[in-house]
Amino acid sequence: MSIWALPAGLKLADYHKTASSQHTTQTLIPQQGERFIIPLQQHTGTKPHLEVVVGQYVYKGQILARPQDKISAAIHASTSGVILAIEPHTIAHTSGLPDLCVVIEADGLEDWGNSRFPSLDYSHTDLATLVTRVRDCGVVGLGGAVFPTDIKLNVPQPIPTLILNGAECEPYITCDDRLMQEHADEIVAGAKIIMHMLQAQVCKIGIEDNKPAAIAVMQQAVETAQLPSIEVVTIPTIYPSGAKKQLTYILTGKEVPSGGRGGDAGALCVNVGTARAVYQAVVKGEPLISRYVTISGDAIKQAGNFDVPFGLPIQRLVDAAQGATVTNPVLSMGGSMMPLPLHSSTTPVVKATNCVLVRTPPKPETIMPCIRCGHCAEVCPVNLLPQQLYWHARAKDLEQTERYHLFDCIECGCCSYVCPSHIPLVDYYRFAKAEIKTQRETRQKAEIARSRHEFRQERLERAQREKAEKLTKHKTTLQDSAAQTSSTSPEMDAKKAAIQAALERAKAKKAQQAATETSPIPENKA
Amino acid sequence: MISAIIIIGSLAAILGSLLGYAALKFKVEGDPLADKIDKLLPQTQCGQCTFPGCRPYAEAIAKGEADINQCPPGGEDTMQALAELLGVEPKPLGEEHASKPIPLVAVIDENICIGCTLCIKACPVDAIVGTSKLMHTVIESECTGCKLCLPPCPVDCISMEPQTIAPDTWKWPYPVYELHPTTPTLPVEQTT
Repeated sequence: MSIWALPAGLKLADYHKTASSQHTTQTLIPQQGERFIIPLQQHTGTKPHLEVVVGQYVYKGQILARPQDKISAAIHASTSGVILAIEPHTIAHTSGLPDLCVVIEADGLEDWGNSRFPSLDYSHTDLATLVTRVRDCGVVGLGGAVFPTDIKLNVPQPIPTLILNGAECEPYITCDDRLMQEHADEIVAGAKIIMHMLQAQVCKIGIEDNKPAAIAVMQQAVETAQLPSIEVVTIPTIYPSGAKKQLTYILTGKEVPSGGRGGDAGALCVNVGTARAVYQAVVKGEPLISRYVTISGDAIKQAGNFDVPFGLPIQRLVDAAQGATVTNPVLSMGGSMMPLPLHSSTTPVVKATNCVLVRTPPKPETIMPCIRCGHCAEVCPVNLLPQQLYWHARAKDLEQTERYHLFDCIECGCCSYVCPSHIPLVDYYRFAKAEIKTQRETRQKAEIARSRHEFRQERLERAQREKAEKLTKHKTTLQDSAAQTSSTSPEMDAKKAAIQAALERAKAKKAQQAATETSPIPENKA
Repeated sequence: MISAIIIIGSLAAILGSLLGYAALKFKVEGDPLADKIDKLLPQTQCGQCTFPGCRPYAEAIAKGEADINQCPPGGEDTMQALAELLGVEPKPLGEEHASKPIPLVAVIDENICIGCTLCIKACPVDAIVGTSKLMHTVIESECTGCKLCLPPCPVDCISMEPQTIAPDTWKWPYPVYELHPTTPTLPVEQTT
């Protein structure tokens, strides 16, 4: 089995993985009276449509919001209890802005009611049913991108290769490592289901060589399942080999074209956690309501992994890890290369939370001017020119950034990591990307407004035209009828004669009356 | 001599008829320049440029009857884009339009609305729905924020509000960083 080397990347010295990977994963069990804050937006795409009301009792696994639009995901209750409120709450987002959340007070019973779906025998089920099941269970990519999995698996043409992503290349994170060690059989079963859905011939499970235990367990699981089409591939530890396009290249030697999707290279990349979630959805009929989360960092007492139901505040996780060693730790989500700062410890754990870092406040780095050393270009795994992108993004020359393939940037942070001037390069790329997207949206909106305005103008004109036409039509019919009356017909003549006669009679009567009135009066007076 | 005149004359006749034919055959419908200008305008149809809509303004610019700095909702960006398209010097917008305009959206106070349909008739993009004696409402996604529905309302129940920023509409800001002094503070000379 040959593997292809990434053109660049980082051999990081400090992985910080040993602290958290040693212990078995503990499950956080909801206590009675504990509050779950479940955000409606936990995935890429449209916000799902809310299906519950305040005061309602919900079972564990009951649907809270149903997907609307194509790219959307369902949200389920992660525990049983009463809905206390549906209100905005701080979520794990860079902006720190609040978003709509369902607040559930747990009753501690963990009552599933009849929320579980019936088990499906995937080999005798058609693709549409399986896709619907994955969608109903709210399965999204658990590697970090949280893209709805049903969209990914609903492909018209067969995809020959399935890639299971167990690389976990970012420092600190060990949740996939633990998951592979503890649930290898479920991951392999999930891979079988996905292979069936994609009509894939082979499946390659890519795992970095710094996880020997996980590799051994996964190989064992594949052997016991007796599946020659599934292969565990050990890959060198290089950041960012866990990014989907990079892993696809490492395992198949095929590059995903610029702007293309994973399937375009004939291989689809799915995280190991997602594969397990697919297994749970199809075979167990359980929606995605919890995940493995790593808690680590230099300011946590007991780093480790926890199986956390979604909606529990980060603070609960910190407490479960025996708390922080400093009073004001800096909290962030994800690994240290692409961290997402958390603004509050009450932020809930969501589908995207693979890792929570608790660290001592860093010493502020002085940002110095770019000296064009070119280090960033040497480490860029996508072969971009980060320096050029930086200059153009900084000058807000968006056209140029697009010419330098800004949208192929995977925001891995390698360039910022090696920059001797400590320039936060990725922030500039994110700014430029957001700006370009806004401009596109504005243009699109203007286009819609123009067509609506033109339609309205046309409608008004048409109405006026129709009114004018109606008027002329009415006039002509009137004229016609007038012309008809003037042309003599026997009926009309009779009518006319009758009217004439009546008029004459009336005239005669009036004259007679006048005559009788005038003559007798003087007589009476006399 | 005569042959030369005949040749030149016939050549002129042939080429002239060819040109005439081409002019008829490849006639461009409408005004391509006005189309290009119209594409750059924000399509709010607000009439703040003194023309009744974006298209008439675009036509006026194309004819040279209007300036490029008359579009407040488009702001600086639109003016710059127009200057670039037409190859003219950028002109400053009025003082009040110097900053980037905040996108607005019309909101009808549904408790006060009497259902007079006047705003529906005023809306240039059909973004208000409702019927007579029944409450009206604004389709937020279609509203261009042109404010044309404000004057006709007899009960003043329409207000313009800035579009709310939620996590899904939030946009990554331009990176701004604090500078930290790198040089240690100079030793203070001891004066005795």
